Amino acid sequence: MTAIPTAATHDHGPAEAGVHSSLDALEAESIHILREVVAEFDRPAMLFSGGKDSVVMLHLAAKAFWPGRIPFPVLHVDTGHNFPEVLDFRDRTVERLGIRLVVAGVQDYIDDGRLLERADGTRNPLQTLPLLDAIAANKFDAVFGGGRRDEDKARAKERILSLRDEFGQWDPRNQRPELWNLYNGRHTAGQHVRAFPISNWTELDIWRYIERENIELPPIYYAHERDVFRRDGMWMAVGEFSAPAPTEPVERRSVRYRTVGDMSCTGAVLSDAGTVADVVAEVAVSTLTERGATRADDRISEAAMEDRKKDGYF
Amino acid sequence: MTSPSTVTPQAPAAGQVPTIDPGSLFRFATAGSVDDGKSTLVGRLLHDAKAILADQLEAVGRTSAERGFGGGTGRLDLALLTDGLRAEREQGITIDVAYRYFATDRRSFILADCPGHVQYTKNTVTGASTADAVVLLVDARHGVVEQTRRHLAVVSLLRVPHVVIAVNKIDLVDYDQEVFDRVTADATDVATRLGIEDVHVVPVSALEGDNVVETSERTPWYTGRPLLRVLEELPTVDESGRGTARPFRLPVQYVIRPQGGTAPGLDADALRDYRGYAGQIASGTVAVGDEVVVLPAGRRTTVTGIDVAGTAPVPGAPLPGEQLTEAAAPLSVTLRLADDIDIARGDLVASADAELPEPTRDLVASVAWLGERPLQPRARVLVKHGAATVQAMVQDLEGRLDLEELVLRDAGTLELNDIGRVRLRLASPLPVDPYDRLRRTGAFLLVDPATGNTLGAGLVRDA
Ligand SMILES: Nc1nc2c(ncn2[C@@H]2O[C@H](COP(=O)(O)OP(=O)(O)O)[C@@H](O)[C@H]2O)c(=O)[nH]1
Ligand SMILES: [Mg+2]
Repeated sequence: MTAIPTAATHDHGPAEAGVHSSLDALEAESIHILREVVAEFDRPAMLFSGGKDSVVMLHLAAKAFWPGRIPFPVLHVDTGHNFPEVLDFRDRTVERLGIRLVVAGVQDYIDDGRLLERADGTRNPLQTLPLLDAIAANKFDAVFGGGRRDEDKARAKERILSLRDEFGQWDPRNQRPELWNLYNGRHTAGQHVRAFPISNWTELDIWRYIERENIELPPIYYAHERDVFRRDGMWMAVGEFSAPAPTEPVERRSVRYRTVGDMSCTGAVLSDAGTVADVVAEVAVSTLTERGATRADDRISEAAMEDRKKDGYF
Repeated sequence: MTSPSTVTPQAPAAGQVPTIDPGSLFRFATAGSVDDGKSTLVGRLLHDAKAILADQLEAVGRTSAERGFGGGTGRLDLALLTDGLRAEREQGITIDVAYRYFATDRRSFILADCPGHVQYTKNTVTGASTADAVVLLVDARHGVVEQTRRHLAVVSLLRVPHVVIAVNKIDLVDYDQEVFDRVTADATDVATRLGIEDVHVVPVSALEGDNVVETSERTPWYTGRPLLRVLEELPTVDESGRGTARPFRLPVQYVIRPQGGTAPGLDADALRDYRGYAGQIASGTVAVGDEVVVLPAGRRTTVTGIDVAGTAPVPGAPLPGEQLTEAAAPLSVTLRLADDIDIARGDLVASADAELPEPTRDLVASVAWLGERPLQPRARVLVKHGAATVQAMVQDLEGRLDLEELVLRDAGTLELNDIGRVRLRLASPLPVDPYDRLRRTGAFLLVDPATGNTLGAGLVRDA
């Protein structure tokens, strides 16, 4: 018998076996999806931004293939507007797990003129082209994304395996039926598949799981003091990519981030939640969705997410 | 308590959202003809269960006002909460399944709001295939219609464990008990003839909120519970089959051999000979020391280990291993086996002491046909079962379900959205169970070898 390093023998005695919490059920489903895609595709990759959803997804991958190493590279579409704490966390994580990191930089595209900076300065919509180019250049045939159906009503409509054409486009009116837990990833040359292993998790599930599993996150998810100013009803950090106008007074407040994205359009929430337990308690009674509270780009219209996805976005 | 007749935006107050783990996960899907009120009911359920956050409600309020919903009364069009595609909002219909999540202090729910049009039946089948219950809406004014029968046939075919028939728009028939009784009799008659065992019927008004979350005073003749209470109390299927004789099944998804690279903190030398068979337990329980059979080859061996990665002691630390002594469905685990036998993705590990699935090259199956082009006898298809995909030929079409009479009739083809029975010849044997006994190992997909599209849902029948 092979020797396996073990911390503790977890004895699910007869009285316990078969009694599972909703988190156990979600974890089992996600691991099943991760293994299916890795087994059926030649060149999978995982989108990894250092945000909480992608961190949980990567943790699930580590569990799915343990005691082996995660058998695919991660891909980060770098807007050039990242929180430095998050980039640092990203680099430490891939180093620790011994996996390869592919970075597709929006900044490179702006520098050489393939993309034009938008008038409002936000870069989230600019991620699509570098993403598609990286998928083509690396010949990735399946890309895991950390999208959750509870985030947005267009995401609520997407299958776990989502077929994309050579332009990365999602055709919401023509999705394959997805029956039981049998995932059909067949695709033709030029097509690829986006796979969403944590589709069925809610924001609260994510936080409860982070607490249960002792998952490390970038520090900006927890309350800290920061110079912020108010814009469109959100608290924006004072930084290189988000400077206050003269009419926007700067205050020092205790804040945390519910999502991390482009610094120029991701807002913080006022919070004293300094530990994961505090955050779980805060999220459980929140009266705003995470995107509604913190993302300028998704407030533009009811169909903002749908339109971006049709164009090849995550 | 009577429900309010006008919906006003209302955010959950602090403390009303459950913070504890409500335990099990319960999945349900909506069904019924277009305009019977499925999306409105789902919106009402979410709203009255206080599962809608303020910004979502505000967006619905804005769109409702822009579209003149309720003639300027400030009413909300609650269907907008799930009709998330632009085309759906513009046409006022549901095209594809929307998934929504909410929890009460009793359990966590995943709900799938499905479309009603015949042309989108494949999406309804998608929503129902994983459901513990289907909430089937019937418009009280129209009673049982063709789509009601079609969706009940789908529920029966997929063996969805519970059906709740919501007799909706009861406000439009003046809360008349006679109408409710008539619809109840018609619908339960169809359900019974289709062999559906567990049927509940609730009179509701999705628009007004009667009997959705709170019992309505306008239906004093109804003594049952409101819809949400019914959903909270329905038992989930326990795939682990504790207490019943549900046999162990694990389709091997992936063979873990970490020579290439080990997880952080592990010694590659110690793991040189490691071979683990990774998969999700589809049914039953397995314990170290159990005798198992690996199918289709039929080799017997013993389980020597059940591995999962454990919890890091502190954030950022390497994951330790956990060796379980026993594990049950639906956990995803990695098995180690005593003998060095050839096992690959697509094989099935089954308990040796219960009835074994017989590897077969001849399948008799019910099929829900979801392809644009009709199913013809002698057609070549791919069959995807568990983690295995094999080539197959349609040998014979035994019949098509007549939705009026609910009997199988001779047919030359199966058209889009038909349900029928076929005989398939497989290029290599698959270890299948009858679907009625074990859902997960009795289900398969029919796939088009040319386009890769999913053509149908297949369910193995006792030959
Ligand atoms: N009077 C009344 N109208 C309803 C009720 N439920 C739904 N409706 C209306 O019926 C129409 C169709 O509803 P919708 O939820 O889109 O139906 P679906 O196609 O089954 O999803 C809409 O105009 C609703 O406002 C009800 O209980 N009473
Ligand atoms: Mg609808």
